[in-house]
Amino acid sequence: MSESASKDSPEQAEFRQYCRTWLAANRPPDPQVRLPLSPLEIMTTEQLSYLQAWQKAAYDAGLVGCDYPREVGGGGRKDCQRVANEEMLSARTPYFPNVIGLGMAAPTVFYHAQEALKQRLLPRLFSGEDIWCQGFSEPGAGSDLASVQTFAERKGDKWVINGHKVWTSLAHFAEWMILLLRTDKSHKYDGLTYFVVPIRAALGSGVTVRPLIKITGETGFNEVIFDNLEVDDSYRLDELGKGWQVAMTTLLHERGAGELQTPRAGGLRNKGGHVTSASSLIEFARTAERDGRAAAEDPLLRDRMMQQLIREVGWTQSQRRSRVPALLDHPMRLQLQNKLLGSEISQDTAALALEVAGASASLYLGDENAPAGGQWHLAYMNSYGMTIAAGTSEVQRNILGERVLGLAKSK
Amino acid sequence: MAQPDNFGFGEEAALLKASARKFFSDKFPTATLHALVAGDHRPERASECLWDPDLWREMVGLGWTMLAVPESAGGVGMPAVAVAGLVEELGRAAFPCPLLGTINATYVLAACGSGGAQALADIAAGKSASLAITNRAGSWSPGDTDVSWSGGKLNGTAWYVQDARKADRLLVSARTPAGLGLYWVATDAAGVTVHPDVIVDLTRDQAHVSFDDVAATEVSANGLAALGQAMPAIWTVLAADIVGAAEWQLQTTVEYVGTRQQFDRPLGFFQAVKHPLVNVMLQIDQAKSLVYNAACAIDSEPARAAQYAHMAKASASDAAAFASGRSVQLHGGIGFTWECFVHLYFKRQKHSQMLWGDAAWHRAQLADIVIGPLARAGA
Repeated sequence: MSESASKDSPEQAEFRQYCRTWLAANRPPDPQVRLPLSPLEIMTTEQLSYLQAWQKAAYDAGLVGCDYPREVGGGGRKDCQRVANEEMLSARTPYFPNVIGLGMAAPTVFYHAQEALKQRLLPRLFSGEDIWCQGFSEPGAGSDLASVQTFAERKGDKWVINGHKVWTSLAHFAEWMILLLRTDKSHKYDGLTYFVVPIRAALGSGVTVRPLIKITGETGFNEVIFDNLEVDDSYRLDELGKGWQVAMTTLLHERGAGELQTPRAGGLRNKGGHVTSASSLIEFARTAERDGRAAAEDPLLRDRMMQQLIREVGWTQSQRRSRVPALLDHPMRLQLQNKLLGSEISQDTAALALEVAGASASLYLGDENAPAGGQWHLAYMNSYGMTIAAGTSEVQRNILGERVLGLAKSK
Repeated sequence: MAQPDNFGFGEEAALLKASARKFFSDKFPTATLHALVAGDHRPERASECLWDPDLWREMVGLGWTMLAVPESAGGVGMPAVAVAGLVEELGRAAFPCPLLGTINATYVLAACGSGGAQALADIAAGKSASLAITNRAGSWSPGDTDVSWSGGKLNGTAWYVQDARKADRLLVSARTPAGLGLYWVATDAAGVTVHPDVIVDLTRDQAHVSFDDVAATEVSANGLAALGQAMPAIWTVLAADIVGAAEWQLQTTVEYVGTRQQFDRPLGFFQAVKHPLVNVMLQIDQAKSLVYNAACAIDSEPARAAQYAHMAKASASDAAAFASGRSVQLHGGIGFTWECFVHLYFKRQKHSQMLWGDAAWHRAQLADIVIGPLARAGA
C-alpha cells in the first residue's frame, strides 16, 4: 500500500492514516460461522447479521460512502473511497453484505433520484441496515436486457406492477429493490422506466420471493414475482421512458467503470476456504501428487499454472495502468475489460486446480477427503455465475468490440 | 524498493512516446515501409539489408539511441519505462534499424562496471551496436556461446546476430579459461566476417558472424553476471516492440473489417469476427501492462525484474502469434497477398516471438523462480 500512499493528496494522506488507526482498533473479530466466497451467496441470518454489524461500524466510522456529499449521508470527501478500500483490504476485513446497494443502487439513486428520496434512502444503504437487490433480468430477458416485460400500469399517482424477475441475489434479505420495468409496450428502449421499490414491506401482498437453487446445490439468489403490487410514483427514478439510460448508470458502476468508486471491503481469509488465485493453485499443486511426485513438479502443469499466473498479474497490472492516461489509447479500454478478465481468469484457475487434484477431483464438499474441503469445486461452479451475470462474457465482448474498437453494433 | 503507482511513467516519458509516434507516422508510414523492404517477393530471394540510414541518423540526432546510457557515461539516463515507451512506437512502425540491438548492448555494458565505460561512450557518440551472444543451437541461456577468447584474440562464430549489417559495433560473449567474457568489436574490424542469413522477416537483417583471430577490447571478465543483470531489460524491450506492432495489427484489421462488406454488413458486425478481435485486444493489453510493470521493476524493484520480464515476454510472444494469425485470417483473401501490408508485421512478429526466448521458454524460467527449480535432462 505504500506505493499508493506515496501518490496521496494531503486530504487522502490524512484520511489514510485515520483509516489505519481506526481499523487497527476496530477490525471485527473473525466470524464464528463460515462465510461464503462472495456476499451474493449469503444464506443465513447469522452470516448476515455478522456482516451487517461490520458494515454499520465501518459506515459510522466514515469508511463507507466517503465521496458522496454529506447531505445524502456521505463523507463529503474527494477521491477517498479508494483509500478506505485499500486500507480495508490490507487490514483483511470481512466484505460488506450490501454489495448491490453500494455498487449499483447507490450511484443510480444518487444520479437519478429526487433529493428527498436520496436523503431518505442512501444513509441506510451505506450503513447496511437496508439491504438492496436488483430486479433487471427476467426469464425472457437475459443478455437482451431491454426486452423486459414486467409491466407497470399507471393508476392515478400509483403504479401497479405485474411480472417476474430472476437471478435476484439477496432478495430474501432485501428491504429495497432497484427495478427496471416496462411502462410502454410499443417502444423497446423508450418504453422502459426505472423504480426503487420497498419489496420487504410488500412480501405476501404483491411480492413473492422464492429461492433458486444453483448448480452447486447452494441457494443465494431468487426469483421475485410481482402480483398487482402498488407503488407510489415518488419511487420513480428520472423521467418516464428513461429507464434504459438510468440502467446504464447502474451497469457502468457494476462493471467498475463508473464515476463513483464503490465502497469495498475484504481480504479476510476464511477458515478452510481460500481465494481462487494462481498462488493458491500453486500451493495446492505442491501438495497434490501425480505420477509419484508433486503435481508442482510436472512440466506441463507448471506451464499451465504459469499461464494462469501471467494472466492474473496482467489483469492486476491493467487495473494499475487504467489510472495512467499516458499509457492508454482509449479511456474505457481497460475498465471495460475488468469484469470479463476477472471472471474468466478465476474460472480457468479453478478448472486447472481440479485437474491438478486428479482422482480426488471426484470428491465433493461432504466428503472428508475432498481437496481443500471441496472449495475448488464450489469456486469452479460458482465462477459460471460470474461469467454469466452482469452481462455474459459474450455481451462483454460485444461491448468492447463496439465501444472501444468501434465495430458495427450487433443489434 | 516499491514500484511507483504510475510505473514511473512521467511527463518526459509521455512526451518522448508521443513524439516518437508522430515521428514515425509522419516520416515512415506503412506504405513507405512496404516500398522500401518488399520490392522482391521471390521466396528464393537473396539476403538483403534494406533500411533508411538517413532517418536512423535523425533518430541518433534526437538522442534516442543513448536514452538508456547512464548520464555518467555521457548518455541521457532515462528510466526503462521511458525506453519501453519509445520502443513500443518503433514496433508500431516496424521501423528497420539497429535500435533494439543498441539498447540491448547498452543494458549489458551498463552492468559491466568501469570496463563498459568506453563502449558506452561510443554509443553516446552515436555508434549503433548488436549482441553477438547466441550459439549455433540458438540457445537463449546467456553463457551458451561458440566463440572463445584466448591469447587476446576471439575465434569462433556467433549466431542469430540481429541487424548485424546495420550495427557499427558488436558486443561478443566468449568462453575464457576463467568463464565467460564480454568483448567490444567493430563490425568492420580485421578478421570479422558477417555472413547474412536469409530470413523471413523483411524488417530486420540477421547474420552469423565469424571471428578469426580478432583483437578485441574486453569489457567484462564476468560476462554471466552482466548478462544476467541485463536480460530482463532485453526481454522487456523486445516485448514492448511486439506490443506496438500488435496494436498496429489490431487497428489495421479493425479498420478493414469496418470497411469491407459481405452479406450486406461490415464484417465487424459478425461476432465470429468481432470477438476474436476483442481477444486480440485483451492479449495486447495484458502484454502491455506486463511490459510496463517489468520495466518499472527494472527501474525500482530489481529483485523482481527477471520474474516480471519473463511474464512480459511470454505474454507478448503469445500476443504476437495470436494477433498475427488473426490479422491475416480476418483480412480474408487480400490478407493472403503480398500487396496487403499485414504480412510485413506478421513476419516481424514471427521473428520477435522466438527471439530471446519464446513463451514456453519464459514460462519454464518463470516456474523455476515462482515454484522452484525443476531438474531438467542435461542440466
